[in-house]
Order: sequence, then C-alpha cells, then structure tokens
Amino acid sequence: MKVSRRTLLKIAGISLMGGGVRPALEALGAGESSKIVASPNRLVGKRWAMAIDTKKCPPGCHDCIDACHREHNVPDFGNPKDEVKWIWNEPFKDVFPAQEYRYIDEGRKEKPVLVLCNHCDNPPCVRVCPTQATFKRKEDGIVMMDYHRCIGCRFCMAGCPYGARSMNFRDPRPFIKKINPQFPTRTKGVVEKCNFCEERLARGLIPACVEACKEKALVFGDLENPAADIRKLLKAQLTLRRRPELGTQPQIYYIV
Amino acid sequence: MYNRGKILPGLVIFLALLTFPFWYEKGGTAPPALPLDTPEIQKLSVKKCVEPTPFMKASHMELLNQWRDAVVREGNHLYANHEGKKFSMSLSQTCLGCHSNKEKFCDACHTFSGVKPKCWGCHVVPKEGRT
Repeated sequence: MKVSRRTLLKIAGISLMGGGVRPALEALGAGESSKIVASPNRLVGKRWAMAIDTKKCPPGCHDCIDACHREHNVPDFGNPKDEVKWIWNEPFKDVFPAQEYRYIDEGRKEKPVLVLCNHCDNPPCVRVCPTQATFKRKEDGIVMMDYHRCIGCRFCMAGCPYGARSMNFRDPRPFIKKINPQFPTRTKGVVEKCNFCEERLARGLIPACVEACKEKALVFGDLENPAADIRKLLKAQLTLRRRPELGTQPQIYYIV
Repeated sequence: MYNRGKILPGLVIFLALLTFPFWYEKGGTAPPALPLDTPEIQKLSVKKCVEPTPFMKASHMELLNQWRDAVVREGNHLYANHEGKKFSMSLSQTCLGCHSNKEKFCDACHTFSGVKPKCWGCHVVPKEGRT
C-alpha cells in the first residue's frame, strides 16, 4: 500500500494525540482516590502584616531574634560577611534614611530598630527570581521561598531594597547551635529569608517573634479584617514604612 | 584478510571492554532484600503506609514531589489517602516517624541503584540531628 504524505501526517498526528491522552487520563484517575487539603486548624488571613512598636522595644533585648533563629535553624557563622539573618536590628538612620535630618537627636539616630522581610505587596525579589523560587502567596500575601527551586543566583538579594535576604555561602548545618527537627535547615548555595512563620500559621500558631515578645511590641494580624488588632493600631497611630517611595508596598508598619 | 593476527585479537579485546560492565557485576552485588517483618515494623501499631506498598515502592518519589509542591507552593498540609485517612505531609515527621532508620530504609536501595536524592541536605533526619 502506498501511503500519501497527507495520510502519513494524519496517522502521525492521531498517534501523537493518543500518546498525550493516556498520561492525562492516568493523572485524572490518580486524583480521584487521594486528595490534598489545607489543615483545618490553620490561621486564615487575606493579608498578613505586622506592626512594630519601637517605643516598647527594651534596649538590648533580642528575645524575638533568638526565638526566630532557633525556630528556623538559622546558622550563626560568627562573621558579618557570611551572616544569615531573618530578623535583626539596624540603626534608625539606616532603617529610615528619609527620616534622617541635620538636627535629629543623636540617640534616635543610632537607636536599633527591628527589621525583617517586609512581605511587600509588590515584591521586587519575586519579579527578579528566574525560577519562581520566591513567590507571593495569593491567598494571604506572604512572600515565600521554595528552597527546592533556589539556584543561588542572588538576583533577589540585589532586588530587595531592605537587605532582607541572606545567602548560604557555606554549609550552614555545622553552625546551627541546636537543630529544630520540626523545620528543615538550608543547604549551601541557597538564599533564605523570613517566611512570616508560614509553617506555624499552618498549625494555628502566631509567628515565633510575636509570641516571644514579652513587651507586646510586635502585633501580627490580617489587614483585611477590620476587627483585627493591627487594624485598630494602624487607625490609632501614625506609622512609618521602610522606603515607601520605592513602590514596593511593604507590610511591616513601624510606630516610632 | 590482511593483518588477521592483529585484527581478530583486537576485536576480541574491544568486545570484552565494551561488555565489561555486564560481566563484571554478574553475580556480584545482590539487590537489597526488602523484608516487611523487621522488628521495627513489628513495633509499629499501624503497619500500613500512606498508600499500598507496591505504589510506594514504585512511585514514592512522585508522591514526595506532589507533597512538596502542595505544602510549599499551595500551603496545603494534609494528605487524605485512598481510604480517607489523613496525614500531615512532612518527610521528617510523617515518613521518618515510621521509617525511623534512614540507612536501612532509604539508603539501602538508593545506594544500590546509584540514586542520590538531595533531600537530606536540608531535611533533618531526627536521629542525626544534633540536640
């Protein structure tokens, strides 16, 4: 039998389609027997945010930093060049460069202010990530990292105007004082940052830093919920955000 | 045939080298035995994995990838299996909770088949985690 070019292409096309249909059917079949659901006791919010009352922060206190770094297996390399940090202190003049003026009180200028990832509404780190390892969760606005996908290109570190991201230049495991088995460590060659305690929210717990603060200087809540404490606080107080002129819409609010 | 004395032994040596991997390992390393009644399994109250054993043996890597994407990217943490039983999707907690001996459970097959999964670079093996 002589097969014309037209018939051959038809047969080839149909066989290709057939090849594609089978895996699709199998995938549908697998979906029926098992399913994946959200945990019922998780905290639900539409736009998580945090307010930090710097006036309540006692000098020299770092309970929140310790709690976070313990919870998330953040290594301590012991030198500023390799430093990995999720939440830390910066002098006021560096946190709010626009608020620094000639006659600012010297004490205020150097006063340490607590800083962490701002979980921006318009995050530049997400935009520059070539693998979508950093992404913004649609349901609650948390800027998350998928360490499985991070290739260590550090575009996000260049993109973040707040320096909220740290690279693991070395294997972090030997530098973690006490490993928390509930949370993974990172590996050499990935970038890391605050995840707004996404893993705790899923278990129905508030972020570790907020829980650790005895002075209640940190307030965490859902901005879309008018009854939330954070909304009342933002209504009652004038707050600052870090470098809002950049258009990143940071979601950490400071009472100074 | 010219140069028969060189070509034929040369061919024999070439074929021997080409098939080297096949005959070298013959009868060498035996695949790891996978007993289902070890003392560790006897100690467990529930002796069933999240899905049937044949599926887990063949497709655990696909299931783990599905779990990873669901937890990290979609924020869903519970897996309901074909019987409707729910499990928290966690390698270190749920999987290693029962399969407590990583060396015998994971590494035995992975070493034999030359697979090097990168799970343990970050995920903590409970016993190995220094406390």
